[in-house]
Amino acid sequence: MTSTAGVESRILRAPHPVPGAPDNWKRFFSFNTDAKVIGIQYIATALFFLLVGGLLAMIMRGELITPEADLVDRTVYNGLYTMHGTIMLFLFIFPVLNGLNNLLIPCMIGAPDMAFPKLNAAAFWLVPVFGVILMASFLVPGGPASSGWWSYPPVSLQNPLGHLINGEALWILAVALSGISSIMGAVNFVTTILRMRAPGMTLTRMPIFCWTAFSAQTIQLIGLPALTGGAVMLLFDLVVGTSFYRPEGGGDPVLYQHFFWFYSHPAVYVIILPVFGVFSELFPVYARKPLFGYPFVAGASLVIVGLSLIVWVHHMFPSGVPQWMRDAFMVTTMLIAVPTGIKVFAWLATLWGGKLRLNTAMLFALGGLFNFVFAGVTGIMLATVPVDIHVNNTYFVVGHFHYVIYGAATMGVYAAIYHWFPKFTGHMYYEGLGKLHFLLTFIGTSLNFFPMHPLGLMGMPRRVSSYDPEFAFWNVIASLGAFLLGVSIIPFLLNLVSSWVRGAKAPANPWNAIGLEWLLPSPPPAENFEEHVPTVISGPYGYGTGRPLVEHQDEIERALLQA
Amino acid sequence: MTISPPLDAAAPSPESHEAAHANYSLTGFIIFLCSESVIFLAFFSGYAVLKLSALQWLPPGVEGLEWRTPLLYTVVLVSSSGTVALAEHFLSKGQIWGFRAFWLLSMAMGAVFLYGQAIEWRSLDFGITSGSFGSCFYLLTGFHGLHVLSGILLMALMLQRSFRPANYAAGEQGVIATSLFWHFVDVIWVLLFLLLYAWS
Ligand code: HEM
Ligand SMILES: [Cu+2]
Repeated sequence: MTSTAGVESRILRAPHPVPGAPDNWKRFFSFNTDAKVIGIQYIATALFFLLVGGLLAMIMRGELITPEADLVDRTVYNGLYTMHGTIMLFLFIFPVLNGLNNLLIPCMIGAPDMAFPKLNAAAFWLVPVFGVILMASFLVPGGPASSGWWSYPPVSLQNPLGHLINGEALWILAVALSGISSIMGAVNFVTTILRMRAPGMTLTRMPIFCWTAFSAQTIQLIGLPALTGGAVMLLFDLVVGTSFYRPEGGGDPVLYQHFFWFYSHPAVYVIILPVFGVFSELFPVYARKPLFGYPFVAGASLVIVGLSLIVWVHHMFPSGVPQWMRDAFMVTTMLIAVPTGIKVFAWLATLWGGKLRLNTAMLFALGGLFNFVFAGVTGIMLATVPVDIHVNNTYFVVGHFHYVIYGAATMGVYAAIYHWFPKFTGHMYYEGLGKLHFLLTFIGTSLNFFPMHPLGLMGMPRRVSSYDPEFAFWNVIASLGAFLLGVSIIPFLLNLVSSWVRGAKAPANPWNAIGLEWLLPSPPPAENFEEHVPTVISGPYGYGTGRPLVEHQDEIERALLQA
Repeated sequence: MTISPPLDAAAPSPESHEAAHANYSLTGFIIFLCSESVIFLAFFSGYAVLKLSALQWLPPGVEGLEWRTPLLYTVVLVSSSGTVALAEHFLSKGQIWGFRAFWLLSMAMGAVFLYGQAIEWRSLDFGITSGSFGSCFYLLTGFHGLHVLSGILLMALMLQRSFRPANYAAGEQGVIATSLFWHFVDVIWVLLFLLLYAWS
């Protein structure tokens, strides 16, 4: 017989022993199969690479603070932006999101762990492996890959020194391994969400974060194999001398662009969808109101998956594609604004008239939403063929996507880290340091990335280390913003480390939030509820309605307080 | 709160846990197969684009592919889907030796197919660097061949597992997954055969 609460008091009082693994910091350095350990491993690894990628960005902005190419050699500069983009995407943002997935999905749906714990651990450990491979390319003769994160042939096929092991080959290898790791993760997340939900948690009662994670991982499953296929052909062209993309042998370089963007456009939704999920979780908590239009927000995620797969040519408007293609893809791209707009309206309606609690997590979420709306507007501008023909390959594009990936996605990730920090470490973070982090990040983002828009409209091309002096004014501001962003990481890391070590003990539910994860102790024990999963009896986000989420909720909450 | 039962009673036994997890492996495998099919889709569409836009598709001196012998091996591979289904049928009726026999037969048919492919590769007078055509031909057949090989290895694993006592009592997800994989590999081959040999 289980207790009437349906949850063993043993679990509610449990510390967090990880079966068969060291119960101290050492577990984070082992092949651990506990999703909560893996989640933190992902996030820590990702933050390390955020520093590496950030350092490269600082060097670039240092170069760009003056019009002349005076800080680094031009070829070195090519390597810098290539590696910066690759590291930030494949070693920072994807891993950090997978970390959130690992922490949140099992707890939110009441599963003890992921469906395939060993596969999960293997997927994580591939990340440091390809991280090292990518870093090693700094040391090979000829330096790292330097053809941009797109790696378009024929530039990427040059291999001037003729070595078999060259930066480009290592780059392709790393990207392929990253793809394998992501596919392993995606199979795991999708299976977990489909098969391991708590009793009573129908799909329509699932938290939005799980909906968005599900949608994002579906994109990975459909898109990544195409990129992998395209990358295999690129590797063969580079190493074996085949002619998939080599025009000399009848190959077609534009074919590569199709493969690349067929995945890499949807990839931007892999990044932003979970952040939409974070917004949808946080706004109701800190506005004390139910999420407005839950079914539409959930459904819009699936619509975005569908649309994201049929818009990729908007990255290739100037690549010599036929006019009908340009027209068709312009229309589909603009359609994306519909489901996205639905979400934005739902969030605004959620916030409207709410009693807003502006702690660090909420500030980051609001800042992220603001930046996202701005980037959405520039995105629609870019989707318009005549505009794009004018500004493609200029800083306007760079401004657009940094607003999304730093301004919205990374800030959303920060929001998530602060919001769930007490849950998974058992300690509260320092609010003051957090707010300082927010302030520096928001100002830094605006200073760094806003100037790129006027620069792009004036015609400054991207991927150059020197430029006409007429662009100097905005570039100086952008560089100062970049250095500010570099500084902003300091209070962040300081906060994480010091609050984990000596922050105040966190209660089970510090924000009075509604959700299965808040019915677990902080930090949750290994295997979460084990098999004593509470039965879900109502939809999520019942703020202000007084509706309990699960059976015997009172008893569980009382037990958590006593524990 | 009522009194909770003693610790050991509540603790999940490792076996029950394994069993609970095993249920999902088929779901996971099917998801993986769907994803894997996109790689082939990418290769197929790349092939089609290159072929349709080529000024000169076949390398100089190559007339086209001989299709009769490959068709023979195609028949062998496709019928191995049938023998796999038979093996599963025997397994479901609990006739483990019938399962093993047909399972082994399917493996052998897969091996014959690979052998045929090796012979064909050696007889061709163009290589992987002979223009887009050569590149596509060897990539597609090679990548598919790797899948056939993986299928045979998976089947060998399942065959070996069938000798573990009581392993197949409650139906075996691994066998279902392997046979799904095998059917998948067969369907891909039929498409490949149409694309490479029939479409010219
Ligand atoms: C309303 C939604 C959006 C629209 C209409 C849109 C549209 C576009 C278009 C047309 C381009 C191509 C510009 C060019 O290369 O000339 C572009 C580039 C880009 N977008 Fe967006 N976008 C949207 C949202 C996003 C989101 C949410 C993200 C990421 C999380 C994102 C990330 C990027 C990136 C990384 C690039 C540039 C890639 C590169 O050239 O290196 N976009 N966007
Ligand atoms: Cu795009």
